[in-house]
Amino acid sequence: MSAARPTTRTGKDSAPPKPGRKTATAERKADTGPPPVGRPDVRRRTDLLTAMLRIRRFEERCVELYSAAKIRGFVHLYIGEEAVAVGVNEALTPEDAVVSTYREHGHALARGLTAEAVMAEMYGKATGCSGGRGGSMHLFDASRRFYGGSAIVAGGLPLAAGLALADRMRGMPRVTCCFFGDGAFAEGEFHETANLAALWNLPLLLVCENNLYAMGTALTREHAQTDLAMRAASYGMPAWAVDGMDVDAVEQSARRAVEGIRAGTGPHFLELRTYRFRAHSMYDPDRYRKKAEIEEWKSRDPIDRLTHLMRDNGELDDSELTRIEQRITDEIDRAVDAAEQAPEEPVEDLLRHVTSTSAEEVSRP
Amino acid sequence: MNAVATEGTKTTYREAMREALREALRSDDRVFLMGEDVGRYGGCFGVSLGLLEEFGPDRVRDTPLSESAFVGAGIGAALAGMRPVVEIMTVNFSLLALDQLLNNAATLLHMSGGQLPVPLVIRMTTGAGRQLAAQHSHSLEGFYAHIPGIRVLAPATLEDARHMLAPALADPDPVVVFEHGSLYNASGELLPPTAPVDLDHAAIRRPGTDISLITYGGSLPKARAAADELAAEGIDAEVIDLRTLRPLDGATVTASVARTHRAVIVDEAWRTGSLAAEVSARIAEESFYDLDAPVERVCSAEVPIPYARQLEEAALPQTADIVAAAHRAVD
Amino acid sequence: MGEFTMPSLGADMDEGTLVEWLVGPGDLIRRGDPVAVIETAKSTIEVECFESGAMGRLLVEPGTTVPVGTPLALIEPAAEGRGEPERARKAQGKPQAPPAPEHARPARTSKPSPARTPVPSGGRDRGHVGAGPLIRRLAEQSGVDLTALDGSGPAGRVTRADIERAAAATTAARPSRIRATPLARRRAAELGVDLSAVTGTGKDSAIRAEDVSKAASGHAAAPPPPRRTTAAVRASHPPEDQASGMRQVIARLMTRANRDIPHYYLSTTVDMATAMDWLHDHNRRSPMSERLLPAALLLKAAALAAHEVPELNGFWTDDRFAAAQDIHLGVAVSLRGGGLVAPALHRADTLGLPELMTALKDLVSRARTGRLRGSEVSDATITVTHLGDQGVETVFGVIHPPQVALVGFGRVVDRPCAVDGLLGVRPVVTATLSADHRATDGAVGARYLTTLDRLLQNPEKL
Repeated sequence: MSAARPTTRTGKDSAPPKPGRKTATAERKADTGPPPVGRPDVRRRTDLLTAMLRIRRFEERCVELYSAAKIRGFVHLYIGEEAVAVGVNEALTPEDAVVSTYREHGHALARGLTAEAVMAEMYGKATGCSGGRGGSMHLFDASRRFYGGSAIVAGGLPLAAGLALADRMRGMPRVTCCFFGDGAFAEGEFHETANLAALWNLPLLLVCENNLYAMGTALTREHAQTDLAMRAASYGMPAWAVDGMDVDAVEQSARRAVEGIRAGTGPHFLELRTYRFRAHSMYDPDRYRKKAEIEEWKSRDPIDRLTHLMRDNGELDDSELTRIEQRITDEIDRAVDAAEQAPEEPVEDLLRHVTSTSAEEVSRP
Repeated sequence: MNAVATEGTKTTYREAMREALREALRSDDRVFLMGEDVGRYGGCFGVSLGLLEEFGPDRVRDTPLSESAFVGAGIGAALAGMRPVVEIMTVNFSLLALDQLLNNAATLLHMSGGQLPVPLVIRMTTGAGRQLAAQHSHSLEGFYAHIPGIRVLAPATLEDARHMLAPALADPDPVVVFEHGSLYNASGELLPPTAPVDLDHAAIRRPGTDISLITYGGSLPKARAAADELAAEGIDAEVIDLRTLRPLDGATVTASVARTHRAVIVDEAWRTGSLAAEVSARIAEESFYDLDAPVERVCSAEVPIPYARQLEEAALPQTADIVAAAHRAVD
Repeated sequence: MGEFTMPSLGADMDEGTLVEWLVGPGDLIRRGDPVAVIETAKSTIEVECFESGAMGRLLVEPGTTVPVGTPLALIEPAAEGRGEPERARKAQGKPQAPPAPEHARPARTSKPSPARTPVPSGGRDRGHVGAGPLIRRLAEQSGVDLTALDGSGPAGRVTRADIERAAAATTAARPSRIRATPLARRRAAELGVDLSAVTGTGKDSAIRAEDVSKAASGHAAAPPPPRRTTAAVRASHPPEDQASGMRQVIARLMTRANRDIPHYYLSTTVDMATAMDWLHDHNRRSPMSERLLPAALLLKAAALAAHEVPELNGFWTDDRFAAAQDIHLGVAVSLRGGGLVAPALHRADTLGLPELMTALKDLVSRARTGRLRGSEVSDATITVTHLGDQGVETVFGVIHPPQVALVGFGRVVDRPCAVDGLLGVRPVVTATLSADHRATDGAVGARYLTTLDRLLQNPEKL
């Protein structure tokens, strides 16, 4: 699913105005030409659609399994926001790192974690991507540099800055991408990290998934100034807002930001305007938003949007769509079967992974 | 100020700590020091004086006043394979980074099913006794020792100040080091190390047969002074320096109480819910049938530490309090 | 044929209430359609089904609260095909619990914590006692182990009466406890030293390891070294091991009493107004050394009444009653550390009140320091237990074999009562008699209590 490392930079769109002290020289020397992708457009769009559908169907199955009490705890669904994870991931290479939030099934699957590993984790099984120790909110995969879900709002931001700092100190041309929400933007940790990253010119991509609600609190009830991109720009980093329901727009803007970062112009900030179709967590009292608003956003469903576009272009027909759906269904069925069959970690292993030596600190006679 | 502390010479705790940092920066290019005023200023307490000049601003990094961001950045850099030493100016400011420490550093290895160790060292100054009033006189070591997944150290001697950092940096997990502010000026002969510092065991600083005085950090000198006073009265006190507060070395304590049958625990933290309470509970669990007197605790009064000198002195454990507690147990 | 079950809608949800059905039997439904409104502790939520088909029978009425996993309705296959790919549904987790019983829970991977599990009313699982907070508090106050009780209430619930019965059965005091450090106890066990024979030199005379070592090596406890500032108090100890020996003795005696003696119990309330007035008057006029306690009056009266009703003063031996020559009044003395002795006040009926008072004080103090004479321990012909100073109003005691009666006095308390047709507040005491039905019948016992009452109305003659 990952694109080849871009070798040329895009300058197709005029870069948005970048306030602050930095001039993005790298983006001025723009050459013309299509975005650097290693595949024909049809194939690329089919891959994007498949990736988004895979996340959607996986989570729909999670709803069902949660209702049947197979999955427990808090489960935060990404349904409606799939274009963000899939689009941003297109701009990243396997060497790059991703730090995520507790609404991270989409990020994990887009990053290449298998449905099987994620589903087993939801079941709390030993074969899960975190060995059953994390659950829905704490998916990790060190081999894919997926530094997982943090259940503390904004808690992943300083950590992402540190990953970027290590790369910067060692001169490694890698990018660390940190996802967070509009709620995290109100936390001190965001502002501390934004300042630190800009001050030290860290290779950090800050991706704010603005879905308009911090749990049940609307953006306008939480932020005195709701233009988040503008506020981020005040830290002296390029920042702009993007339609997060358009996977193509997400991908283009992420590529532009990542190229700027790789060119050494420091952290970039993207505000992706998106919407979650379901509640904050599994089932919440949906008292805080109107059904009409949800329906309006559903009409901008990123999956429907791409499907229509491809149908109109003659790039997709029913049989192809059915094949895609069937492949995804089979993968998820297999994942559920495997999770059902998977072993549970024995209780005797309780104290593993507390420290690297897992020295048992408390010796009970 | 820039005297290089070498073995067998007269040195201070501060210089010993600086020499440990210098050695770490020299011997491993993954190591870097980061914190507020560690560079140009030379460290709030002068520990890192001269290191910026020697190692440059990339490896001796002054940070903005944003504990959460730079402690979190230390965690991230450790995840990426660096060996950061993060200095938090004082323990009271560490509360601003408690989220990163507790919710990231201490949990990532476990939440990821063993995939993500965090080899990070965090240093901070702790303790009272310098009339710094209520917000700059905390002893919160017990807070941190409560957390599974981190190691907590309290170097109280010149030797530990000089030689604890290397094994702390070699530890694959987060290590939090508490340096008691009253110790920086402590001076003496730095003895050559007989063996690498063992971070898993408490140290018996003075062997004795009549009573065990169990302490750590800034209270060690007071406990030693108390032992000297008791010796003059014919009471032979053993002084135990816990030095590693997590994982706590219960075995050394148990073995000592098995010999002396009496224990006084000295802890500058507030008594309720203190580390002293934990040690006391362990003695009750492990050494019950060895006890010939109730366990005594000498802790700080349950009051925000006052500024006025006489009140501060009254609030903190003093040598006389330790002697009195020992008498209660022995007489 | 599928089931639509009560879904789990949140991490803290164990059960939900069906508010309304959004569909009826026979309605066609598609996967994802909302079919019912469920109310949880947090909110009211429209819930979807995960199967397409036709709604079958509705199993649960609106307004019903059921555990997660309970089937709410059946879903039948619809005649028309679905608009989605067929899926293998092998892994569909079906809750295994039938809906019927009230407490059945669906099988689940993590059990809800007990704190959130509603306690079924009635019935006792292992480890759970059917008893409310009041009963628990009463049990605690009276030192009754609830888990050892079989409740007589509905569904085995423990009632107040159960507690009272159990408490009455455990009125005997607890075993005495010697103050010794853990190390001292360990060392005593290792050296075979009887702790009750060791003098403690620690705080509050606690026995320390050193004291045990000295006792073991045959030395008397030496004075502590000069640097120690202990005032070593030499306490005498009863000859038997209080901690366990005495308990064993009491246990055997009382078991025998309860097993062999068919007790009958009588009770009467004695008006103490005259007696108390006389006592106050007497005490006002007497020097400190000659002042009396109400107990002196009660004991003297009990002894005189035994003189008038001799059928209760003596022993049941060899299947017959043997009357005693003299009245040696056993006085139940609870020991400070626990345990009980009932030494005799010899010829109590012949003692004047001040003499009786002196003898009583002497007897109690010697009982408590373990210096009773053999005759005092074994001579009692009838026993009195006076638990007034413990705050109780009534005591039905157990007879000390081979005696045939035990008199009980409670506290002297002020009570409203009718006197000469008027309501007044009077000090009263409840006097009880436990008597051996082999030796006497209720009429004899009644005569004893009325005699006692009469005697107490004339305190100057006691």
